[in-house]
Amino acid sequence: MSTIAQKRGFASTVWDYLTTVDHKKIAILYLIAGGFFFLLGGIEAMLIRIQLAVPNNDFVSAGFFNELLTMHGTTMIFLAAMPLLLGFMNAIMPLQIGARDVAFPFINALGFWLFFFGGLFLNLSWFLGGAPDAGWTSYASLSLASEGHGIDFYALGLQISGFGTLMGGINFLVTIINMRAPGMTYMRMPLFTWTTFVASALILFAFPPLTVSIFMLMFDRLFGANFFNVAAGGNTIIWEHFFWIFGHPEVYILILPAFGIFSEIFSTFSRKRLFGYSSMVFATVLIGFLGFMVWAHHMFTVGLGPVANAIFAVATMAIAVPTGIKIFNWLLTMWGGSIQFTVPMIYAVAFIPSFVAGGVTGIMQGAAPADYQYHDTYFIVAHFHYVIVGGVVLALLAGTHFYWPKMFGTMLSEKIGKFTFFFFFVGFHLTFFIQHFLGLMGMPRRVWTFLPGQGLDTGNLVSSIGAAFMFVGIVSLLVNIVITSVKNEKVGNDPWGDGRTLEWAIASPPPFYNFKQLPLVRGLDPYWLEKMEGKQTLTPAEPIGDIHMPNGSFVPFVISLGLFIAAFGAMYQIDDKAWAIPVLIGGLVITFGAMAYRSIKDDHGFHIHKEDLIDENDDKGVKA
Amino acid sequence: MEAEEKYTPQTWPESPERATLEGKNKFLGFWLFLGGETVLFASLFATYIALKDKVPSPEHALAKDLYELPLVFVMTMLLLTSSLTSVYAMYHMKNFNFKKMQLWLLITVILGLGFLGCEIYEFNHYYHEYNHTFTSSAFSSAFYTLVGFHGAHVIFGLSWLVLVMVRNAKRGLNLYTAPKFYLASLYWHFIDVVWVFIFTVVYLMGMVG
Repeated sequence: MSTIAQKRGFASTVWDYLTTVDHKKIAILYLIAGGFFFLLGGIEAMLIRIQLAVPNNDFVSAGFFNELLTMHGTTMIFLAAMPLLLGFMNAIMPLQIGARDVAFPFINALGFWLFFFGGLFLNLSWFLGGAPDAGWTSYASLSLASEGHGIDFYALGLQISGFGTLMGGINFLVTIINMRAPGMTYMRMPLFTWTTFVASALILFAFPPLTVSIFMLMFDRLFGANFFNVAAGGNTIIWEHFFWIFGHPEVYILILPAFGIFSEIFSTFSRKRLFGYSSMVFATVLIGFLGFMVWAHHMFTVGLGPVANAIFAVATMAIAVPTGIKIFNWLLTMWGGSIQFTVPMIYAVAFIPSFVAGGVTGIMQGAAPADYQYHDTYFIVAHFHYVIVGGVVLALLAGTHFYWPKMFGTMLSEKIGKFTFFFFFVGFHLTFFIQHFLGLMGMPRRVWTFLPGQGLDTGNLVSSIGAAFMFVGIVSLLVNIVITSVKNEKVGNDPWGDGRTLEWAIASPPPFYNFKQLPLVRGLDPYWLEKMEGKQTLTPAEPIGDIHMPNGSFVPFVISLGLFIAAFGAMYQIDDKAWAIPVLIGGLVITFGAMAYRSIKDDHGFHIHKEDLIDENDDKGVKA
Repeated sequence: MEAEEKYTPQTWPESPERATLEGKNKFLGFWLFLGGETVLFASLFATYIALKDKVPSPEHALAKDLYELPLVFVMTMLLLTSSLTSVYAMYHMKNFNFKKMQLWLLITVILGLGFLGCEIYEFNHYYHEYNHTFTSSAFSSAFYTLVGFHGAHVIFGLSWLVLVMVRNAKRGLNLYTAPKFYLASLYWHFIDVVWVFIFTVVYLMGMVG
């Protein structure tokens, strides 16, 4: 196998990635696609900040500004943050539990391609008559009134990519429940695996309401239904409820895996076991549960009444308790540890005060009467960027540095990494801290421009300068990636020297079957335990034997492509285009036909034979 | 355990759908998927309840004008019976009796088609008699979306059952095909459970106003 895998032309590499079902390659696909959308969302953010840098600016038109802010939010949440986290989950979680792959490799690939084509469809709106312009929340009365096809792109694109995410969630849940190595009990799972587990459960239960509400929006706009049309008896508040029943858990879908990444980093670079492991697990599960109980705090000003507002206010504040448990556990993990300030650790340390600031403003908004002041101002913008950038994006950057060697076998430069950190972190606080005050002074959210002399000039300029700093930071990360890839200096199994969990015990990048022999897990932080006993390898749980592997498949790509094609038909049939209905039907035929093909064909996978595994080992011995 | 190994009724394991790791994964994954589907239908039910009888003007038909319990009763009986027959099919699957399993699955499919026929008649009736169309009011949109989503699930479930029956007609039962039959029948049960709620929430509650 290995000899075939080594020398490849460009075309065969592309074909390999188009058909791969290997979780490590799918992780790389998620990283590339998510990274691309992250840059796109970042450029949109830069345009927003340039427009708002000075009063009375007309750098972009008001209509284009609405499209920019909508696409910035939608892209960053659905097409950047979540896929990048799914990428890390794919790359690391199966290794952490000692599995050879995820439970459903085929569905894993399908999930990626659905996300990819959904995101592609959404972004094609820029070239096909205008992007969505009703905000990432796309509240129904506004989105029904939006002209052109922007909102249709939003609805169909998110629907397709949402199916992909849902499949990813189910896949990870089954993987973690069924595929753990011998001895890997639930309470020995690394925290990143735990947070992946809880986030996947949130995906499973939060995405269906979004699916339903997007279907209703689609039906209203494309097929003349009346869910949100008040004149025909409809009710626009239904959209808000469903959107936030999805939207609030979504926040935890993003932040919990980020917590997981930081937990791994804190214990690795403090050279200590994570403080209060079981309370961390408890807090994760509790946050996941409470995440479903608080959606109406986004709707305090809708007029649900004081009783509903009070209940949701109290529930919201309750979430501060498990989150506080986590913060103190991280601090106490560092306490007395022998701390190494590597780039991931710097991000982790910087994350604590940043995220706490975002949490505190969250509690402020959780007080329903006070929220009437903050609602729809820049205070809200500041708050959620503090939790999403100060929490999730810092975790993504930290995770990129931390897991890069495991995924690609080379170390990102620490020097450039510190440069990236400096510009990004300073830029982040410069951009968003002052927005709290802009909001309190009355600057409304999503506003295209403002008048001079209202006390908003300096604040907005500072904020825009901060955004430029963040941009420089991200560019330096790209430079770092290019330099590292060109140098291509290979590293060993445990490049940080202090790896604690199973993934650091195997080669970087791992062989495609991950573990030649499934490991026997004897406690929390199994690789650390082995190292403390003077061993460099894991205790095997089985003799070397044949390994069963799944076959690659092009079908996931085709299934997703079918929906992509069908979406165009669904969208243009309202313009009475003659080709639209045939395209809609043709796309669905491709999708369901590919599903049927998958179902009918026998696909038993293949075996790597014992002899090949032993040979491969010898090869490596010669090389080293 | 090899997935395509040949079995006899004596060597056939207790729970063939979960005897391999792949089967176990599918079994759990499908239950989780049904959990997500439950939330999906819960959202549709919530929407329906919120928009029930919400019409733009008084001449539009309301729930109590539309529904006729005898037809719905027949549909309920057809679908509940089809759930029972799919249980028989799984009983024979567990006893390694492929022919009887196929027979009971065929009966399940026929009953499901009967249900689908009634539903098409019902929708057609509302359309022509009451001018109750998908676009006529918020109530009608919510009604057709909820019941129509269920109907689409019935169509998908029937196609799935037929597909696994045809696909495996020559292959017979082994540990690779057993989970496929099992999951299709599990899906069929889920569709049935959803209908019980539609029967109660839409039709029975519709009659009492």
